[in-house]
Amino acid sequence: MDKVSNNKLDYLITRKDNQYEIIIGLEVHAQVTSESKLFSSSPTKFGAEPNTQVSLVDAAFPGMLPVINEFCIKQAIKTGIGLRAKINKRSVFDRKNYFYADLPQGYQISQFKDPIVGEGKVILDMPNGQKEVGIERLHLEQDAGKSIHDLDPQNTFVDLNRSGVALMEIVSKPDLRSPDEVSVYIKKLRSIMRYLGTCDGNMQEGSLRADVNVSVRIKGSKNLGTRCEIKNVNSIKFMQMAIDYEANRQVDLIEEGKSIDQETRLFDTKKNETRSMRSKEDAHDYRYFPDPDLLPLEVSDEFINEIKKDIPELPDDKKKRFIDKFELSAYEATILVSDIDIAKYFEEVVAKMGKNKDIKLAVNWITSELFAVLNSKNLEISQSPVSAKNFAILINLIKNGTISGKIAKTVFELMIEGDKDPQKIVEEKGLKQQSDPKALEALIDKIINDNREKAVEYKQGKVKLFGFFVGQAMKASGGKANPQLINELLKKKL
Amino acid sequence: MSDITKQTLTDLVKNIKEKKLSSEEITKDFILRSEKSNKLNSYITNDFNNALLKAKKFDQKPNFNLKLPGIPIAVKDLFCTKDVKTTAGSKILNNFVPTYESTVTQNIWNEGGILLGKLNCDEFAMGSSNETSFFGNVQNPIDKNLVPGGSSGGSASAVCAQLTPITIGTDTGGSIRQPASFTGIVGLKPTYGSCSRYGIVAFASSLDQAGPMAQNVKDCALLQEIITSHDVKDSTSIDFKRALYSKELNKNIKGKKIGIPKEYRVDGMPKEIEELWEKGIEYVKDCGAEVINISLPHTSYALPTYYIVAPAEASSNLARYDGVKYGFRAKGENLIDMYEKTRSEGFGAEVQRRIMIGTYVLSSGYYDAYYLKAQKVRKLIKNDFDEAYKKVDAILTPSTPSSAFKIGEKKDDPVSMYLNDIFTVPVNLAGLPGISIPAGHDSKGYPLGLQIIGKAFDEQNILNIAYAMEDKINFKNNINDWWIK
Repeated sequence: MDKVSNNKLDYLITRKDNQYEIIIGLEVHAQVTSESKLFSSSPTKFGAEPNTQVSLVDAAFPGMLPVINEFCIKQAIKTGIGLRAKINKRSVFDRKNYFYADLPQGYQISQFKDPIVGEGKVILDMPNGQKEVGIERLHLEQDAGKSIHDLDPQNTFVDLNRSGVALMEIVSKPDLRSPDEVSVYIKKLRSIMRYLGTCDGNMQEGSLRADVNVSVRIKGSKNLGTRCEIKNVNSIKFMQMAIDYEANRQVDLIEEGKSIDQETRLFDTKKNETRSMRSKEDAHDYRYFPDPDLLPLEVSDEFINEIKKDIPELPDDKKKRFIDKFELSAYEATILVSDIDIAKYFEEVVAKMGKNKDIKLAVNWITSELFAVLNSKNLEISQSPVSAKNFAILINLIKNGTISGKIAKTVFELMIEGDKDPQKIVEEKGLKQQSDPKALEALIDKIINDNREKAVEYKQGKVKLFGFFVGQAMKASGGKANPQLINELLKKKL
Repeated sequence: MSDITKQTLTDLVKNIKEKKLSSEEITKDFILRSEKSNKLNSYITNDFNNALLKAKKFDQKPNFNLKLPGIPIAVKDLFCTKDVKTTAGSKILNNFVPTYESTVTQNIWNEGGILLGKLNCDEFAMGSSNETSFFGNVQNPIDKNLVPGGSSGGSASAVCAQLTPITIGTDTGGSIRQPASFTGIVGLKPTYGSCSRYGIVAFASSLDQAGPMAQNVKDCALLQEIITSHDVKDSTSIDFKRALYSKELNKNIKGKKIGIPKEYRVDGMPKEIEELWEKGIEYVKDCGAEVINISLPHTSYALPTYYIVAPAEASSNLARYDGVKYGFRAKGENLIDMYEKTRSEGFGAEVQRRIMIGTYVLSSGYYDAYYLKAQKVRKLIKNDFDEAYKKVDAILTPSTPSSAFKIGEKKDDPVSMYLNDIFTVPVNLAGLPGISIPAGHDSKGYPLGLQIIGKAFDEQNILNIAYAMEDKINFKNNINDWWIK
């Protein structure tokens, strides 16, 4: 395993003689994977008709009371374990009070002073080594509904389907130093939660969003600068753009001798800029206090230990195992474990390849050919048109010399349509590699005969022409000739 | 039988079971008397037509195994009742019809009870005189222009005037016991967590409890037995073994230790209250109980603590009434304007006052000094009781520092109004059960009550003490039906 490295690729902003570094902390809002909401039994399916997944509790009818969904508690603890964090056996739900049309209770139930999960850490695999990012806390809270302002010129519509859905707010320490680190951090968090099945990480559907805290300081300085918080950014690309813009804006202010106001800002994705939403003075006074409708949440060691039993092998451990067991490079292992479904696919391929397997070859094929197809078709690996079983057969066909790598690509293209058995394709299309030396010898003799002048030139030293002969031989065999044998035979005959 | 409405619940149940009376006869008589009693303004909404239909239906296929077989009952308008308007005494819920039923009322209907109507109360149960109701004052049947107490003023008035055989109220700081005391009836505030809060319009969640109000201790015990239940829909509902209070009710309190807290002898307490308390002490002694002087040292902090905790929770609980989803909505230029107009037109002055206090004590910079400190004092008050209960089985105090006052007398003096709850508030802060029983009259002939405070979940014990005392006191309400003429 590669060592934790301190020399990161520095991301610095330079102005005249000054070099600034960026300090970034993230508050990630991850929607808990759960059939029902945090305090009610309403379903949580994405994309349902507006206001069809709303209970009396979600709409805050008089006399309605929240009841904790134990499954969401388990999911939060699971995530905490995945973040190698302290699980707090006693946590408290607080009310965060503010008025908004899509907040039916007039308060959000959240955790303020006593979150369910305390300090933890996440390891990032950066190109030049590993980096540890501290986790400050993870707490559970309710999502708000959605205000829709653009359906009517006069009115705002409110959709409460999301109201009361469980969110985990995962707060990092200000340990991130570049947009790239932010990208890797988000991906790693998402990966861990997908391994655990606690958040699907789908950013398009809003299952994962982040508030980004950005400040800058002269490189080497120990003090933190004044930070701005960029609210509710919902893609990694936008996070990176927002950080880049915001850091440069702050540096420019400092360079102009101006001060930075602590404020909340919004990222305008169209203009690629952040702009002020509210200043510190305008900040809400949320009047947090413990929700008297809910008793403090106490979990026992047994409860936590039961959950621990359900924790699958997580990316960091899986990576270590892949390196140790399959002799993969750290780079290859990182790619394969980045997504639980990729890792699953890979392990299934390895299992189906049987005894005489070429893991390196399988990895290359997964990360190049398979990924290319998935990319072009915009599919997840779980939706792969080629099953792991047939993929393994294909790799074995290459490995045992039945087909060449080049033919394999042709076969692979045919496999995509309906997950066909590569063995059958090879047989039906007669794509089996010609490895009979006698037959190939005759074929080569004919080519040399037909191209006597070139053969002479080759012998006189025009070595480049060797490729020409290989090409002719492959062409004559319809691409099926064993390229290694062709090479050997040509060298002998020429 | 022309005296149907004069009968106790126990008698009515007996007569129904013995087929001497039908549900329809009983229901008709209570409706008739209620209709003649409009002057009291006890009701906000009546459901008389449905009640009669239900009574007839009951009679067609009577189930005498139920505890309230075909008994008509009016309830405080703080309980959500399915398809029947529920206002909480507020303009902001003036048009609100729930699609659901509170657990407590459901428990009553499950035992054969029939809804007569919804009874007046202070707006969102904030008040001690029923004068904050959007639907107007309630008259105390004891005398003209006398408050019935609050917030369950309509409930107390209705039982006292025999418009309903029994009722339920809610008690956050005394809202069952104080009006019970003012109208000469029995009112029990159960242990916090005994009755589900599901479907009750919330005032202060950590203090609110529903409880029975009745003409006598036995009826009160029966109703408590029916409404108490463990409810998974209320996370603060407690799963404990609930006694069959009416069945186990007995007058033998020999050897029980009754505590008399010295801190309840407050300055300026009328002599009549002092004498009533002394009389109460004699009664329990007569019953064979032992009287022990005790101290609850933090008593004087209870009222200020209550007036921080309750408004804090209320300010948040009432945030949902914003004109967006249900209830009253004022027209506004924009969202904020709509909020402001809706809430300033929809809430009355007392509710607004408490929202302001609550918002203030929770504000950053004040939270530690007020809310947090109040929580700490609340703990001390609870500890006082825990200490006392090492020595005694129950505590005897007056229910209120005075008898009922005139309508309008304290309306503009909130502090004097708040002082009414001085003996009842500590019980809510400690989450304990407390019962008020009528124990005598003052010189004007107005009823006075005594309060028995129990250990948590020990309702049976205080009901038994009340039952024994009731026998000795032999209280009679002087009601002359002045409002009917």
